[in-house]
Amino acid sequence: MFQLRIHGRGGQGVVTAAEMLSVAGFLEGKHTQAFPSFGSERMGAPVMAFCRIDDKEIRLREPVMAPDALIIQDTTLLHQVNLFEGLSERGCLLINSTRNMSELGLDDFFTAHPAIGVMAVPASQLALEHVGRPLPNAALLGGFAAMTGIIQFASVAAAIEEKFKGKVATSNIAAARAAFAMVDSALQGAAASC
Amino acid sequence: MLKQIEGSRAVAEAVALCRPEVICAYPITPQTHIVENLGQMVKAGEVTNCEFINVESEFAALSVAIGASATGARAYTATASQGLLFMAEAVYNTSGLGLPIVMTIGNRAIGAPINIWNDQQDSMSMRDAGWIQLYAETNQEAVDLHIQAVRLAEELSVPVMVCVDGFILTHAYERVDIPSQVQVDDFVPPYEPRQVLDPAQPVTIGAMVGPEAFTEVRYLAHYRQMQALWLIPELAEEFAEQFGRPSGGLLHPYRSEDADTLVIALGSVNGTIKDVVDGLRDEGVSIGSVSITSFRPFPAKRLRETIRQAKRVVVIEKSLAVGIGGIVSTDVRMALAGAGLPVHTVVAGLGGRAITQASLRETLLKAHRDVLEPLTFLDLRHDVIHREIERLETQRRSGPVAENILRELGSVADHIG
Repeated sequence: MFQLRIHGRGGQGVVTAAEMLSVAGFLEGKHTQAFPSFGSERMGAPVMAFCRIDDKEIRLREPVMAPDALIIQDTTLLHQVNLFEGLSERGCLLINSTRNMSELGLDDFFTAHPAIGVMAVPASQLALEHVGRPLPNAALLGGFAAMTGIIQFASVAAAIEEKFKGKVATSNIAAARAAFAMVDSALQGAAASC
Repeated sequence: MLKQIEGSRAVAEAVALCRPEVICAYPITPQTHIVENLGQMVKAGEVTNCEFINVESEFAALSVAIGASATGARAYTATASQGLLFMAEAVYNTSGLGLPIVMTIGNRAIGAPINIWNDQQDSMSMRDAGWIQLYAETNQEAVDLHIQAVRLAEELSVPVMVCVDGFILTHAYERVDIPSQVQVDDFVPPYEPRQVLDPAQPVTIGAMVGPEAFTEVRYLAHYRQMQALWLIPELAEEFAEQFGRPSGGLLHPYRSEDADTLVIALGSVNGTIKDVVDGLRDEGVSIGSVSITSFRPFPAKRLRETIRQAKRVVVIEKSLAVGIGGIVSTDVRMALAGAGLPVHTVVAGLGGRAITQASLRETLLKAHRDVLEPLTFLDLRHDVIHREIERLETQRRSGPVAENILRELGSVADHIG
């Protein structure tokens, strides 16, 4: 079973991202489960959402305590919330940022956990460019598909299309495609093993 | 048709397939998405011959449903938590009048302290109100139970609550098989009421009944629920034949046949329990579980048969009878009276606290080794309560308990579980 945790703030589409990923997995014939952790239902408050993907029925209902991958939608959470709690030593970390890990103050963390794979993708910028609003969730799913290979990009695009309509759907797919391309070229097509 | 949708959406689609004629809607978290979805479906013309009524309170929601049901309409509503308490008087009236309304409960804690998260204290508070109570383990079962509930309610003229864990199920996206209209029409015939308010044939519904007949009317309410003890499994069997999957029934045993330790629970936590049972079985621990689907009527006989060989029982419950302990365990003890089995109560998941595999495993192993106390609270923070008890003992004006504890914990945004 593959387990993902997404961290962000209320209003950034954290819950929607987990739901879309679950739909993408479903479209590939997998069993998937997405659910939110409503800490506070306020714009800007720290929010988490979870997604599990498996080949068999998922019965487990606990929050994702030991994720194989993390998506961080908002770097202002980095030093406020214990984001990395439980992350697998061979896990994947995808961060929405234009900055590198040193600039984010994460050098010590990666020295201590050398097998954790990490990528930064400027998802908010890509969303501003394509969607016109800094909602990074769809772009991050594109990046996630390229980074982990857990899901095909076509499934992510189809899931975005199921969630949104018309121009909102096409522009979010464009943002996701751009993020996919960035991560894919950075990794030269080799998905991280998480 | 297989779909990957939110639990609330799945419930709304199931309700729509049952051809409701009146839907009374009042929002309360975590049930709101259900009536929102139904409102959209009615407006879009996907549900025909149905009146969607926005009411001004939960009390009105069920009262309007009562009125509609008394005129012979198939009536539905949904609520949660304080909303269920606010409609309490009408809850008793519905069953007392024998009106087969189906109501979804998006299970949520009851305040104070105010809390929007999941536990089952709300529906438990209405366990003796004369409604049948069914608890869904998954969103698939939530869908299937609603379809069975309409049939069950109308055959017996008894209202049914379908209890669906708030957030954990209502807000979870998972795979759900939504049946076709033809399938549901085959299973749920048009409503044929036992009593109707009809100007052409006037009757009174809701007479005042004195000591001469009150006991008899109440007895008959009990009698009808006893009938449900055979009708519920019968409908589940018919449902399995028609829809091709097992769902509903009185209870679901899991690896229980030869189990020394049996875990009993209601609702979605049974999924996590099954995973823990599998893990412990792999280590050679003789353990199994029973998911109780029908809490009212309580399947005492069926439970006795299922539990016959067990050496101990652990009830995991998401509610608390303050001053005594477990609510479900009280009924379990009564059902097992004379069997001489220790019944442990584990209060868990209150106000949305995560019920984790790790904590369940530890507690169940203790029970298996016969070192678990009769009443425990899963993951209770002993340091926190000890400090507050000390404050209570040393200061007269110790202040509000909830606020004291929150102040002590500081920010809660920094941990996951």
